[in-house]
Amino acid sequence: MRRAAPILATAALFLLPLAFMDARTYVTLTVAGLAMGMLIFLVAAGLTLIFGLMDVLNFAHGALFSWGAYVGFSVALLLNQRWGWAAAPSVPLNVLLLAASILAAMVVAVGLGILLERVIVRPVYGRHMFQILITLGATIVIEELIRMIWGPNDQVMPVPLTFQGSWDVADVIVLRFPVVAIVLGVLVYLGITLLLTRTRVGLIVRAGVENGEMIQVLGHNIYRYFTRVFAAGSALAALGGVMWAMFSQSVRPAMGGEQLIFAFIVVIIGGLGSVTGSLLGALIVGLSYNYVAFLVPKAAIGINMAIMVLILLLRPTGLFGAGK
Amino acid sequence: MPPEPPPAAPALLEVEDLHTYIGQHHILQGVSLRARRDAVTVILGRNGAGKTTTMRTIVGLLRPRAGAIRFEGRPIHGLPPYEIVRLGIGFVPEGQGIFATLTVDENLRVAMLDENPESRDRLPRIFALFPALERFRQARAGTLSGGQKQMLSIARAFVNPNRLLLIDEPSKGLAPIIVEHLVAALQEMKSQVTVLLVEQNFAMASALGDDFYLLDDGRTVHHGRMVDLVHDHALKKRYLGV
Repeated sequence: MRRAAPILATAALFLLPLAFMDARTYVTLTVAGLAMGMLIFLVAAGLTLIFGLMDVLNFAHGALFSWGAYVGFSVALLLNQRWGWAAAPSVPLNVLLLAASILAAMVVAVGLGILLERVIVRPVYGRHMFQILITLGATIVIEELIRMIWGPNDQVMPVPLTFQGSWDVADVIVLRFPVVAIVLGVLVYLGITLLLTRTRVGLIVRAGVENGEMIQVLGHNIYRYFTRVFAAGSALAALGGVMWAMFSQSVRPAMGGEQLIFAFIVVIIGGLGSVTGSLLGALIVGLSYNYVAFLVPKAAIGINMAIMVLILLLRPTGLFGAGK
Repeated sequence: MPPEPPPAAPALLEVEDLHTYIGQHHILQGVSLRARRDAVTVILGRNGAGKTTTMRTIVGLLRPRAGAIRFEGRPIHGLPPYEIVRLGIGFVPEGQGIFATLTVDENLRVAMLDENPESRDRLPRIFALFPALERFRQARAGTLSGGQKQMLSIARAFVNPNRLLLIDEPSKGLAPIIVEHLVAALQEMKSQVTVLLVEQNFAMASALGDDFYLLDDGRTVHHGRMVDLVHDHALKKRYLGV
């Protein structure tokens, strides 16, 4: 019951905008908000585990998001220019293009993530100031690499035909791609939860998030597990990057940095180290951003800061924080 | 100094002139001790004497600046903690170090090492020692009482067939009746494993201990048989205030 309370309270609060708009607009905004939330969740899930397990503040996480988006962009562009997989009115080809873009992005991000962890992060364990400086530095390098390889300007992301446009459900317009993003987000959340609760690696990671020192004196090499978590987090960031590129139909070198701000807000709201907290936090951020952007456009970013401050006042460790 | 404990059995663990720093502070300034096989060796001393630091250095959480630690004759100082404990050392830290968000069962499972398939077979023995743990097996460890948490922490170190247990202040913050239960359980365990115990509660220390080492200001200042210390009121008063 105590675990359900924040969820119920939040759900009730999010019915409030219905008082200021008609139901159809509300549904459209809700779908967009949930989709945005799920995409932020993909970025935040890795961030929260990386911080939870090793106390590492990884500001380069956003750069992995950008890299994922660009690798996915290149693959999608290639497949579409060669064989027209995005423009083809074929569901299997369209899905295949999305899958290939995601897979390529994740593979590259895992490699880049392991490299980052070994070379950049490992020498600065336990020193937050150094972590912030060096991962911010790495972000600049990685983003400049993007500008060198792909150019500094915005580019248009090919979106497969199947995911364009909308469905008309009982007179309510529901955009297609956000629905895909929501489904994918739910699947990723279930996948992470199963990994964490049903496998031995998951058990050790959960224990390590709570007390990293103790897990070492129980005979587990925490660094090995951390590298795996870092790699998995990088892959999720890249997945988020590809999905966001399709969601916004564009790629930009600095796109990761903007997402990172949202992701950090989400990690703090949800509680450091909690994947469920991150999901809830991401949905809160995504939904309130969309409602407020419609009602009071100028307050859209501010509202998330306000929510973060409010939640931290009520629960200093975040919604699901272990409070370490 | 009283004479060396007679070397009836060879030492399982030898600590020689250990020096450990925490930050700039020179905490251990020459700690030496030997834990005899199949005996309970107690480390005594006032708050801040370096007892916990000694334990944390042995298990690899702190790196000694100088000195040597040998387990079964093999030097282990400088190894990372996860390699040291895999040699057969169980660690029960001060404050228990249990995983509050995990269940009792998960706490035990996370401690079972893959290379010890017999770990699972040890569970019945552990539950016989600590029946409460079996009753609350599926409960979150954070909901246990202080005594049960301590039992879980000890059980976790005992779940692998370890040859040495390091137990840091198990009685801290526990009610006297709970401490009695702990003493009874440890009495039963001492036939199966060598124990190095840090304990401020002198009644508990003298009930369990075979040998003692006295630390003061980060140095070993005395050692001998526990039975002799029990009657040495001058020594107890000088270093322990009892």
